[in-house]
Amino acid sequence: MTGRRIMTADEIRRATIRLSHEIVEKQAGTDGLLLIGIQRRGVPLARRIAESIRENEGVEVPVGALDITFYRDDLSLIAQQPVVKGTDLPFGIDARTIVLVDDVLYTGRTIRAAMDALVDFGRPQAIRLAVLVDRGHRELPIRADHVGKNVPTSREEIVRVHLEETDGEDGVEIERLVDSPLAAEPVA
Amino acid sequence: MTDVIEGAAETEVLVPSIDDAPHPAGSGAWRHRHLLDVDGLSIDDLELVMRTADSMREVLARPIAKVPALRGRNVTILFYEASTRTRVSFEVAAKNLSAEVVNIAAATSSVTKGESLVDTVRTVEALGAQMLVMRHSVSGAPYLAAEVFGGSVLNGGDGWHAHPTQALLDLYTMRSRLGSVAGRKVAILGDVLHSRVARSNIWTLTAAGADLWLCGPPTLLRGFEAWAGRGAAAGRRFHVTASIDEALRDADVVMALRIQKERMASGLLPSLREYAARYGLTATRLATAKPDALVMHPGPMNEGVEIAPDVAAGVQSVITDQVTNGVAIRMALLYLLAGVTAA
Repeated sequence: MTGRRIMTADEIRRATIRLSHEIVEKQAGTDGLLLIGIQRRGVPLARRIAESIRENEGVEVPVGALDITFYRDDLSLIAQQPVVKGTDLPFGIDARTIVLVDDVLYTGRTIRAAMDALVDFGRPQAIRLAVLVDRGHRELPIRADHVGKNVPTSREEIVRVHLEETDGEDGVEIERLVDSPLAAEPVA
Repeated sequence: MTDVIEGAAETEVLVPSIDDAPHPAGSGAWRHRHLLDVDGLSIDDLELVMRTADSMREVLARPIAKVPALRGRNVTILFYEASTRTRVSFEVAAKNLSAEVVNIAAATSSVTKGESLVDTVRTVEALGAQMLVMRHSVSGAPYLAAEVFGGSVLNGGDGWHAHPTQALLDLYTMRSRLGSVAGRKVAILGDVLHSRVARSNIWTLTAAGADLWLCGPPTLLRGFEAWAGRGAAAGRRFHVTASIDEALRDADVVMALRIQKERMASGLLPSLREYAARYGLTATRLATAKPDALVMHPGPMNEGVEIAPDVAAGVQSVITDQVTNGVAIRMALLYLLAGVTAA
């Protein structure tokens, strides 16, 4: 990692456990609850939350994976991220409470796309949102129900979440992308 | 998904070159604006198409087999030759991606009034076409279209030259059944000489490392011996034989090509009956291949000529898989090409 660290592995662990408690509390139990992680880092986070619920409640909450690539509103992103990670929802979503899980909430466009994707699979009773980091700068009327950490950022910064499962280690860091907007380099 | 990607929407993004040049190996991105042939596709490109097609298969299995990826995009399908499966397959693929689809059959268009190909392409572009799927009886016609068209051209088959989406769906079908085709014996039987399907398959299958055998009457293999000796993709060689026994022995995949009846008139084939007797894929002949060998056919079939009806409908046949996979492959290609012109 190269940026300024804003969450350590321990902080991620505690935040994940708190998220799991909040989710169960809001649902008043685990009945009808489904966790769906947004590819890519939302998926291991959703599994961790499910594991924490299992430890605390003794209940296995089903976990699915959602890839929103085909629901993006900007085709030019294909050239950068052509590889689709795949959607795997091994359950029906009708009349269930879905908690979408993602690593970072920023503009809200990913969540908009995820909700569009979900309604093609059925009609959930409710869709909620849990994120590890909320960095602000929303461009759509979307908010998270459960937040691991609120981090004020500027648009010139980038927030990187690293998880053991995808990156070999846990940690969140913040990095300044450019010195001035005039020197804006392409973001790969 | 990560914050980086979400944020990229409002940041300057890398603009890939719009040249139809292969990208550097391992970069993982798709850089081809057109799909005119398969000979310009690298191993990485093939992998990317296969992986993207996997995702499209997953979409096809959903309760609503439709995603908004190409919403608002105009895909115009311009076919100068008769076709059902390729045209419908492209149409279904484009509609599954939520594109606007315009279908033009040359037989009922201004082409019958003498409009040139270039004028037709300019006209469909002026009418809003952003992606042009084209089939033409003249080899190379899509290249001419690509020179004047501002968007992406996808070759749906040109003359004897190439049928890229067919070769890609064939490779995809083999891989989904066999895992990998590397080292697997693939026999292609029939009228190789006039077959754009065979020509495109030579490229993709040699690129994928298959042990490729082309087989047919010597009159329908003319020129291929020399090509086999030179090698195709990455200089990899393949085999050409008039002996169907040699081609089928221990084969992992047997693909029969359609015998076009008009070839009889040219004197290249004595009769359909003789062809069926000597080169038709029958259950007896198939028994000399591996016990679980895959039976393929690009369609449309002349059952009883190049393939026996019981073989075409038998347990080893993956011919209907080819049709389903064709939709997934065409969705993958439309999607990947759309990303290049949008960037």
